[in-house]
Amino acid sequence: MSSKQKDTRLHEDKIKYIYGIADNSLILGQRLGELTGHGPTLETDIALTNISLDLFGQVRSYFQYAAQISSGEVTEDDLAFLRTEREYLNVLLVEQPNTNFAYTIGRQFLFDHFHILLMTELQKSKDDTLVAIAKKSIKEVSYHKRFSSDWVKRLGDGTQESKEKMQTAINDLWRFTDELFHTTKADEAMIKAGIGVDVKQLKDTYYKNVSEVLEEATLEVPNLKYFQKGGKEGIHSEQMGYILSDMQYMQRTYPGMKW
Amino acid sequence: MTKEEVHIDEVLEPILRQVPDPEIPVLSILDLGVVREARLDGKKASVKITPTYSGCPAMDVIGDDIVTALKQAGFEAKVDLILAPAWSTDWITETGRKALEDYGIAPPMDASADKRALLGEEKLVKCPQCKSTNTHLVSQFGSTACKALFKCDDCQEPFDYFKCLI
Repeated sequence: MSSKQKDTRLHEDKIKYIYGIADNSLILGQRLGELTGHGPTLETDIALTNISLDLFGQVRSYFQYAAQISSGEVTEDDLAFLRTEREYLNVLLVEQPNTNFAYTIGRQFLFDHFHILLMTELQKSKDDTLVAIAKKSIKEVSYHKRFSSDWVKRLGDGTQESKEKMQTAINDLWRFTDELFHTTKADEAMIKAGIGVDVKQLKDTYYKNVSEVLEEATLEVPNLKYFQKGGKEGIHSEQMGYILSDMQYMQRTYPGMKW
Repeated sequence: MTKEEVHIDEVLEPILRQVPDPEIPVLSILDLGVVREARLDGKKASVKITPTYSGCPAMDVIGDDIVTALKQAGFEAKVDLILAPAWSTDWITETGRKALEDYGIAPPMDASADKRALLGEEKLVKCPQCKSTNTHLVSQFGSTACKALFKCDDCQEPFDYFKCLI
């Protein structure tokens, strides 16, 4: 491979790497946005949609950056709204539905604990823009983590019913956690270049931190041998198509529309 | 970059001081600490602003308001959004904190006090109405991303607390 080809490859890997991080926030933000006006109480409704807003804000920073380094006339909106399902590289966890409040909290909790570790490490990247986004985001993510962990404890150590529901949600969502620590080819290239975070190294800390909260919530830490994967390679669960049809409807029906 | 290193052109300063935060109209964007640079070259002004929270919907409005205010003063303005160094509540000036409290929003405390208050460990947040610290947290997330919702147990009034962001 010539050095020019190598540069191009590295460049494409970087864009894919950015998608890998940004798509998690985009799809989770969209899921939380579905709760606008439907949260169980006014306070949780506002909290969940505030978290959604933070995530969308972070997504804009990533996509503006990705659009800027992409060839051709690409905008942040094209990246958010006009890719096909296989081109979204988010993990399966974030696309899981708001089955009930325990699932919404469980999904958030399992993601936030990963998100904070990722943002902590991304601050050491050789890429200045990613460092700036991570430094900005981590302040917001620590609030998210506090909110979701508090609710896991409140529901877990609450009534018999809330405990059962929280445990069921954690048991159900647990199979999506291992994928958080998988790496794609693009991830590996970015790790090698000192730009990306080696998420494999975060796994032990993650399960330790998550288990501590679950124990405090008097919940059982699931013991699972089989995990689901695919999202990071663009192979999504059934849920993804529904999210995209919701999210992309306006842009596909009225191309280039603006508020 | 620190607060002291922010360069605001002295001709532009009084104009920018007139631009309020759209959510908290008593607070000038200079006191909020989101203006990181304002330079003037002839009639061309270049202003750099930074968001409080990533998803803050007020940023686009602030950008537009700056352009309008400078245009009225006869300048052609270009506004850029920058991310580093990230904004924190330390960037709010003393004048800004006072304005917040007078407006009915409890200003941010230091980080460790903020954490204890938000975890409900100690009653530290002062009610902007009756100044009592006999208050409790209602919700970590309030009417905007930057605020939490509190209630005063003495005067019974609910109020916003501007969360500490470090």
